[in-house]
Amino acid sequence: MSTSTEPARPARPSRPARPTRRRTPSTRARQDARTGLALISPTFVVVVVVVVLPILWTVSLAFQEVRLLDLRTTGVIGDYTLENFRDVLTSDGFLTALLTTLFYAVGGTGLAILVGLVAALALRRPFRGRGLVRAALLLPYVAPVVAAAFVWSTALNPQYGVVNAWGTGALGWEDPIAFLSSRSDDVSVLGLQLEVPTALLTVIAFEAWRSFPFAFLFLTARLEAVPDTYEEAARIDGATPTQRFRHIVLPQLGPTIAVLCVLRFIWTFNNFDDIYLLTGGGAGTEVVAVRVFNYLTARSDIGAAAAQALVLAAILAVLVTAYLTLFGRREERA
Amino acid sequence: MSTTNLRNTIEERSLAVLRPVVIGLLLLVALVPFYYMVVLSFRPLDSLVQDPGRMWVGLSEVDPATYADVLRSVDAGGQGFASFIRNSLLVAGGTVVLSLLVAVPGAYAVSRLDFFGRRQVSALFLTVYFFPSILLAVPLFVFYTRIGLRGSLVGLLIVYLAQVAAVTIYMLRNYFDTIPVSLEEAAAIDGCSRLQVLRRISLPLALPAVASNALFVFMIAWNEFLFALLFLVEDRDSWTVSLGLSQLAGSIEVPTTTLMAGSVILTLPIVVLFFLAERFLVGGLTAGAEKG
Repeated sequence: MSTSTEPARPARPSRPARPTRRRTPSTRARQDARTGLALISPTFVVVVVVVVLPILWTVSLAFQEVRLLDLRTTGVIGDYTLENFRDVLTSDGFLTALLTTLFYAVGGTGLAILVGLVAALALRRPFRGRGLVRAALLLPYVAPVVAAAFVWSTALNPQYGVVNAWGTGALGWEDPIAFLSSRSDDVSVLGLQLEVPTALLTVIAFEAWRSFPFAFLFLTARLEAVPDTYEEAARIDGATPTQRFRHIVLPQLGPTIAVLCVLRFIWTFNNFDDIYLLTGGGAGTEVVAVRVFNYLTARSDIGAAAAQALVLAAILAVLVTAYLTLFGRREERA
Repeated sequence: MSTTNLRNTIEERSLAVLRPVVIGLLLLVALVPFYYMVVLSFRPLDSLVQDPGRMWVGLSEVDPATYADVLRSVDAGGQGFASFIRNSLLVAGGTVVLSLLVAVPGAYAVSRLDFFGRRQVSALFLTVYFFPSILLAVPLFVFYTRIGLRGSLVGLLIVYLAQVAAVTIYMLRNYFDTIPVSLEEAAAIDGCSRLQVLRRISLPLALPAVASNALFVFMIAWNEFLFALLFLVEDRDSWTVSLGLSQLAGSIEVPTTTLMAGSVILTLPIVVLFFLAERFLVGGLTAGAEKG
């Protein structure tokens, strides 16, 4: 850091320094500007080279017909065509994957935030060992996803998994449930026959398990900033705990929950690891990210992979923008 | 009045019962998978197959052979996790060092120095952070294949560096913001240049934040899976622990109990780091957190 070189290029062509005796503020400001550019440029270069340029190249690839073998001959400028998009959008596999992704993202996000909220409320009042309990609840989030997914798939295994062993033993299930490889099962709830997408619900449960700590953490931090006085006043006025939650605590948590919805939705919508590791995208759990991966590696169809990844990113951008314009302003006003 | 009183009493009483029950349930849900992982890693395979519902391991049964097996090199008949650990340490450690070298000055600049395009640069880093990894996976896979960087840990390291730069800059910028400017001004009056101020005043003061950021980056790099899978899968010698575990989990030849030992080995360093630095890390988690 001490051996920093001069910046490659200052922001504006700097005029020759005027021969002043005192350092005028503008000289110092100009110096700061130059140092600032020098200090930020390494990070900037890395991000541009490894993220921005590759993404621009994806856009270019998406409009070309490229397979891995042709790569040596493909440049940025090629025969541009909309064929990839046409193929991708008209194949039924893609639309199904898109719907699966949406269902997965909404379910995973909603469940994670709900459990996180319950956890934050339950741990709101101090008690002995609360710090330890909090830390323990964060474990699913910090643990490596590969290990977590492996433990889950072992526990849910129909032959030697503990869940099915207990289910068929203690809970009286007729057969072991193939949680991760069964597309759908009939379940009777209160005499109603329902068909549920078993594997998809399982990966949603896994996603909720892994990310509820994130919501819990955010909501806990926000809860600590809620002043006691309003609730105290409401209590004296005779408001019951649920009333106090509904009318005092929940409104204060509203903006945090909204932010959580956006963040978790973005990450769940793009999620690849969890589903790839749990089901490999089988049994009705193929989300777009897994599909892109398969096109890229198994089929080596780079153009189609790029086109699908772009569609995914575009839909995400539209959804997030729509959300922000619909709800962003309302929160600012609140 | 009396009905609301009654309702209040009922609610408070049921909440008093419900609260510990909920806390207990949450703890069970969060911890049982990890407990199961440890128990299975010590149980012999045939005992697991005979009695899959048992959630404890008898003292006489405890079998650390799984750990020896998973760590031994492939040549010695094991699974080679020792070399996976070395690879993971190299990549994660390298990412930490490089990201600090690159992003500490950057964070300082964004926090303190008013340069042309400062806000745009911050916005760019934040956008990068929210970009789908899978979108980035396509061009990088192609590019690395083309220039022959696939299978190299260095290639992976560069990607991780770009991925964590945003978090690092965000976390450290917030910390630099809390350091009083007057301290720096005093040093400047004493004749320090900006870089000297950064090195002698701001950086030492920011050390706690730098340390927790380093731990955080280490955790992200240690846990990462997608890019490791894309770049390293064909070359077993350069597998990371995550990749090794995921690749071997699909094979029939490696016993589940052995792979549970591998899972413990993958998870343990993170859990230890997390509990050591929990207080610092919680702030970092809310500040950004990994993608996932």
